[in-house]
Parts: sequence; C-alpha cells; structure tokens
Amino acid sequence: MSAIPLMPEEHYRRLQQRDSSEVKELWDLLDEVKDPEIPVLSIWDLGILRDIERQGEHIIVTITPTYSGCPAMDTITEDVKAALSAKGYDSHEVKMQLSPAWSSEWMSPEGRRKLRHYGVAPPEDADATEDGLTPDAHALCPHCGSSDTRLLSEFGSTACKALFQCQACKETFDYFKKI
Amino acid sequence: MSDTIKDATLEYAVRLGDDANVLGHRISEWVSHGPFLEEDIAYANVALDYIGRARMFYGYASELADDGRTEDDFAYMRDDRQYHNLLLMEMPRGDFAYSQVRQLLIDVYYNLLLPKLAESRDDTLAAIAAKAIKESRYHLRRSRDWVLRLGDGTEESHRRTQAALDSLWGYTHEMFEMDETERLLADKGIAVDTTRLRDEWHRQVSSILTEATLSVPEDGWAVRGGRIGYHTENLGHLLTEMQFVHRSYPGCQW
Ligand SMILES: [Zn+2]
Repeated sequence: MSAIPLMPEEHYRRLQQRDSSEVKELWDLLDEVKDPEIPVLSIWDLGILRDIERQGEHIIVTITPTYSGCPAMDTITEDVKAALSAKGYDSHEVKMQLSPAWSSEWMSPEGRRKLRHYGVAPPEDADATEDGLTPDAHALCPHCGSSDTRLLSEFGSTACKALFQCQACKETFDYFKKI
Repeated sequence: MSDTIKDATLEYAVRLGDDANVLGHRISEWVSHGPFLEEDIAYANVALDYIGRARMFYGYASELADDGRTEDDFAYMRDDRQYHNLLLMEMPRGDFAYSQVRQLLIDVYYNLLLPKLAESRDDTLAAIAAKAIKESRYHLRRSRDWVLRLGDGTEESHRRTQAALDSLWGYTHEMFEMDETERLLADKGIAVDTTRLRDEWHRQVSSILTEATLSVPEDGWAVRGGRIGYHTENLGHLLTEMQFVHRSYPGCQW
C-alpha cells in the first residue's frame, strides 16, 4: 500500500529531513529562534532553517535568507548562536546558503496558520498573477476573512510583504508575498 | 581556477557589487523624501534588496581576493577611481520621474541579465543571481507602473518623464559594452555577454515607453568610463556621504 502524503511535497521533504536527523533535539531547540520581524514564526516555520549537522562537538547550522537584503539575517544568526550556547553547545557556526533560493513554498502549514492568526495573510490567501506576482485585489483578509480587498502597496513593512486594505472591515493588513 | 580567471572573476564580482551598492545608496536617499508613505517604504525595500546584493558580491570578492579584505573594506575603503560601477547608477536621484525612469531602464536590464547570470559556470555568482531574479521582477512591475502613470499622466508629469528619459538615455549604452575582462569570462561561461541583451532590452523598454506616450530617444550620444574608474563628479559626493562614518570612526561599533 503506498502512502499519499496530504501535504505539500516540499514540506514533506523538510519533515523527513528533520525526522531522520541525528540531531533531532537541536531542531527542537532551534524552534525557539523566531523571526524578529514576525515573532510568532520560528525559523523552521519560515523555512529559512535548512540544515543542522554535528561534527564531533561542533554544530553547523545552515540558514538561507528570504530576500537578498533581509536585515533580519544578522539577528537570526546571533539568536541561533545564543540558543545553542545557552544549552551548552559552545562550538558552533552558522552558515549562510544562497542556493537553492528560498521560496515561500517552504513555509510550514503550521507557520501559515500562525501567520494568519497574527494578522498577516499567508502567500496562498491570494491568487498570484500570471507572472507569479502579487495580485491587485482579493487577498483574503486575515481579520474578517473577506475577499473584498485591494492592494495598497507592493512593498509593505518589509520586502517580503505587500500592504492590502479590506473593504469589508476597513482594516489594512500585510500579505506575505509569493516568491 | 587559474590566476587569470580568478583575478577577472574578482574584478567582475566587484563590478556587480559596485553597481548594486551605488544604486542601492541612491535609492535609499529617497527614504523620508518619498511622495507618500507607501512609496517611501517601497524605496526602502528596493534599496535593501540592492544593498543585500552588494554584500553578497563583495563577500564573494573578499573570498576570491583572500588578502584579509572584508566586504566592508570593498564598500567603504575604496575611492571613486577604484569603484567600477556603471555611470547610470551614480547619477543623482533627481525628481521622482527621473528616479523611476532610471529604475525602469535598470529593472528591464536586470530582468534580462540575472536569468543568464544564474546559469553562470561560477556557482556563487549563479546563486546570487538566482536569489535576485524574483526581487527584480517585483522592482520592474513597480517602475513600469510608475512610468506608465507619469508618462501618460498630466502635462507636467509627461514633460518631466520625457526630460528624464532624454538625459539618461546616453548612459544606458555602457550596460551593453564588454571589455577584455568580461569578454574573457564570457568565453568561459562565467560572465554574461551583455552585448546580446541590448536588442531585447530595447524592444521591451520601447514597448513600455510607447504605451506611456513617451518617445524613445535616438542613440545620439553615449557616455562611458565607469568600468575603468572614470566617473562623473557625482560618485565622489556619494562616497563621501556613504563612507564618512566608517572612515572617521574606524572600527566603531554600536
Ligand atoms: Zn477584513
């Protein structure tokens, strides 16, 4: 009997990587490192945590930036090191890996739910344009669920988000762009 | 990697880094001067994308140089004659129309260049380019929308947009010129042969300009020199501001 995973291929692959890791406890430990811009999301939820390896006593954590100029990466690097040190892992390094380029597909289903709850519409709450960019309207409002919304600005509070306004509840909200 | 290829790749990485750094700085000058809040934030985001690219290219350059220089040394400790960016990047920000027209000319260029650079035989350059492709698609949509609105807007916005275009056009030719260094790398599959991008660039830019009711300038004059360190006076002023803190307070941390 073949198993049919009811989750996106990419997330399935990530879960497998995590579950088969020899340092599972470190993946759990780094769940406490959050994105400084969206503090409900861990670096695992966001999909920027790519790998954790142990070589003897030395821990190597690999992360990838969301956008080229993401200013959060330096903070995240420091937070990863601090989290490891706090648990007694003193020998560690954080590597930045550019390829393959980060995709919003890598965000975990749990991360998408948390994002919506936090007031940010996750990528799948809007249909991208033909060229894969943010549409001019109809991202689902994370506050009231209405699709009667319109794009105010392609660039929101950070490069990874666009700014929408809901016509139903009148609130503005960030939409996490597909990339 | 042979020494010749390594030196040429180092120079190429620095050029790409200089383009991104100088343009990123120019765009950042709009922060708190944008016409309204959303545009201000958009400018800040686009500037960050470029400064991020500059860091990646300079980071790679410092790896190749392997002489103790860091990305900061490349950004802050070189004078204008050592900067090898395209002149188009250093032109002052001008008015809003001027900055958006420049951005359009450059965004179309990067949307053609980056997919090719992502196929480079040099893995690091390819990875940096692959990372930047989607960002530049967003940049282009914004600059295209603005040029359409300004060109096909009021009499005043049309006049200013056309004037910006006419004064910037002569600086675009440099994007499609190759010197020995880039030719050598292009033959090895490392650099992009930009001479091959010009026709498609001209076609796409012309189509947007025509839609914006603007006239496509004639190729009457061309300025060049950035790639060998001959700059307009504007770069010196830009670097003075960009490098001031780093040079006045070496090693300063906060
Ligand atoms: Zn609403």
